[in-house]
Amino acid sequence: MEAVNVNQFTEGPVCVHVIQSKTYKTNTLVLHIRAPLTKEDHTKRALLPLVMQSGSKDYPTRQKIRQSLDELYGASLTGDVNKKGENHLISFRLEVANERYLKDNTPLLEEAFKMMTSVVANPLVEDGGFKDSILTSEKRNLKQRIESVYDDKIRYANMRLNEEMCKDEPYGLFVYGNASELDEITPAALYDYYKKIMQEDVLDLYVVGDVEVDEIKKLVQAHLAFPERKDQTPSSAEKEKTRTIEENEIIEQQDLKQGKLHLGYRTNITYQDDEYFALQLFNGLFGGFSHSKLFINVREKASLAYYAASRVESHKGLLMVMSGIETSNYDKAVRIIREQMEAMKNGDFDDAQLEQTKAVLKNQLLETMDAPRGLVELMYHNELGEKKRELDEWIPGIEKVTKEDVVSVAEKVELDTIYFLKGTEDDSGE
Amino acid sequence: MNKQTFDQLNETLYYEQLDNGLDVYILPKAGFNKSFATFTTKYGSIDNHFIPLGKKDALKVPDGIAHFLEHKLFEDEDGDVFQLFSKQGASANAFTSFTRTAYLFSSTSSVEQNLKTLLDFVQKPYFTEESVEKEKGIIGQEIKMYDDNPDWRGYFGLISNLYEYHPVKIDIAGTIESINEVTKDLLYTCYETFYHPNNMLLFIVGNVDPEEMMKLVKENQAAKEFSKPEKIDRFFEAEPPEVDQASQEIAMNVKTGKCLVGFKDRSPDRQGEALLKHELSINILLEMMFGPSSENYETLYEEGLIDDTFSFDYSGELGFGFSVIGGDTSKPDELSDRIKSMVEEFVKRELHEETMESIRKKKIGYFLKSLNSPEYIANQFTRYQFNDMNLFDVIPTLESITIEDLNAAMAEHFKTDTQYSKCLVKPKGDS
Repeated sequence: MEAVNVNQFTEGPVCVHVIQSKTYKTNTLVLHIRAPLTKEDHTKRALLPLVMQSGSKDYPTRQKIRQSLDELYGASLTGDVNKKGENHLISFRLEVANERYLKDNTPLLEEAFKMMTSVVANPLVEDGGFKDSILTSEKRNLKQRIESVYDDKIRYANMRLNEEMCKDEPYGLFVYGNASELDEITPAALYDYYKKIMQEDVLDLYVVGDVEVDEIKKLVQAHLAFPERKDQTPSSAEKEKTRTIEENEIIEQQDLKQGKLHLGYRTNITYQDDEYFALQLFNGLFGGFSHSKLFINVREKASLAYYAASRVESHKGLLMVMSGIETSNYDKAVRIIREQMEAMKNGDFDDAQLEQTKAVLKNQLLETMDAPRGLVELMYHNELGEKKRELDEWIPGIEKVTKEDVVSVAEKVELDTIYFLKGTEDDSGE
Repeated sequence: MNKQTFDQLNETLYYEQLDNGLDVYILPKAGFNKSFATFTTKYGSIDNHFIPLGKKDALKVPDGIAHFLEHKLFEDEDGDVFQLFSKQGASANAFTSFTRTAYLFSSTSSVEQNLKTLLDFVQKPYFTEESVEKEKGIIGQEIKMYDDNPDWRGYFGLISNLYEYHPVKIDIAGTIESINEVTKDLLYTCYETFYHPNNMLLFIVGNVDPEEMMKLVKENQAAKEFSKPEKIDRFFEAEPPEVDQASQEIAMNVKTGKCLVGFKDRSPDRQGEALLKHELSINILLEMMFGPSSENYETLYEEGLIDDTFSFDYSGELGFGFSVIGGDTSKPDELSDRIKSMVEEFVKRELHEETMESIRKKKIGYFLKSLNSPEYIANQFTRYQFNDMNLFDVIPTLESITIEDLNAAMAEHFKTDTQYSKCLVKPKGDS
């Protein structure tokens, strides 16, 4: 593995992480703005990055921003929201070509940096609020985005499972907010919220590419200077309380050809815990890969599905299974999935399978590190949890896991909710 | 071994054609953990009418068989090839497009072993009646998954408007009915015809030593026997230059509508440099007309007709070529009318040198970005090669395109009277 050279420094409230690498032909900037996910703010928060990237003081329209990005050799700038555990992140990402591969020698990094910071730090303000017309179109945009989840049935089933399973927890909130709250948001209220997050939220900037640390320091000082904050501990998401779980089954029906079967488990393990790597291996053996129990038993042996997989949410400690099946096969599919979980709890896998899963996990991890965004994603885990793990601790961490470790993880995993979106189509005519 | 360097991009490409006809390309990438290889046959969903190897008469095969074959190749006598790859720390996959079937793996260790596995499993078909039957259940679910997907339905709805006969209009996976006609013997027939090394290309990209890799491939291939390469006869019915159907509506269980409009190439017979220039020109024009920095985009956005799902794309191969424009909208009818009239306005106006320069820069930057991705390089390089083009000619060609080139492409492609069609997806009960 190529050594990854990381330099870290703070500039005002911004924690800057510079990852020096000659591998890429581009430079990548990622700014994460973090706060706890709350019912009160989540819709405003989802709307904010859309409004911010539609106009800034220096580039007052969406079109001006896009034209300037084109001029910077198609630099891409996106602003979006994400859910990590019970944190609601606003993230801006910018990727720009490294000018050494161009005939032109415009200082692209600096120009791109200015673009992004203009959007983040110098928003377009009129009469003490965001521009009304921008707000109107971005509300419409977000509303359509929220509604379109209904149209993508896999995403819809995921959202519904989250909603049902985490009814009384912030995690059950939808990342893009609630469409019915959009009308209430005024230009001034949203701008007040913007000012609040710039005062209070946790800011992490990542820069990946063939860059110098001093150069980045100068850019941050010149363009991303925020006032020092009063000494305060950043608010972080509440730690999960232990809860008693009762299995819950939710069945809905829509006019569909294929039923969507999604199961939510509580693993009771998060990134914070020492058992985190064992959890990754558990997931790999259970449903994470094409050699795992779900793929082999639901798809290959029973021929019930095209996909049957599981994934882990690292900071909330959930494990989600998803599969697309014939509606009439519901009982059979649920039975097979339950059996696979039982098999995991009984330690029904051998060392060869454990080794195979380690090999695939290591491969996946190294591949993630090949992409600038993947690298940032991995490193950001350390900011989300209180636990710090260096990149070079991951592989030894995976290596060390034993069969007993995986079984002890399996024993902690509890089924919480089965969500089934069933189709109406008569599927007897196969 | 041939070697080609691209100084500006700091890349070196190694190439050799083996005795059995296989084209082998290797692109070393320092700094990457990952190596990635694709083994691709020039055989896709459109190749459904051909003369089987060693036969005289043409044969028509069931829709979706190329994709079915892709699924079945992963099984051999000893079990599932996915298993073998994962034991070797690799992840494997495959995909079937209109014109290609590609098998691939990526791994950060045991690259040599994985490469051998890739070559061996693709070159060793093993089908039984029983396993073919079982696969029908799995592919049946894949088809149904796409049937519920409004983007996919809209896209194929549009293509089937554009083409009257060309098999590009047929869904890549076929239908539940058509895959039911697939048999073990038909799979062997397709395999024997299209999986000859002479019809295939191997691309390796990553942290590899090109000499060693080439040696390995040569030894692997020399140990296998292949028949003499033969030219494959494929048949396509004559396709009228104009669109088959100007519009179609699909009612689905969705909340938001979709509008896709498309333009059909009048003479899709280009290959090589001409195709590269044509597709880059169409892409530049689409960007000028409807890119996020264009006046039209801004207008449509302000009017609430589009959101950030709005996009466009051009696909061109020998025999077919079309562009697609559209996205989610609450007013599909209005949006399609607006796009149509905007195109009509655009072709009447003069093209601005300045806008072209700006878009050119954007395209060059995007190309550099995509060179960070081994997957992109391998997949696109193969596609380009199968059309007698070279991926690494993209930047020089982008730099050479003139306003005249754009005008010529525009006059031919964006004709709303004969080459235009639309496909609208609407919420059920909403018409």
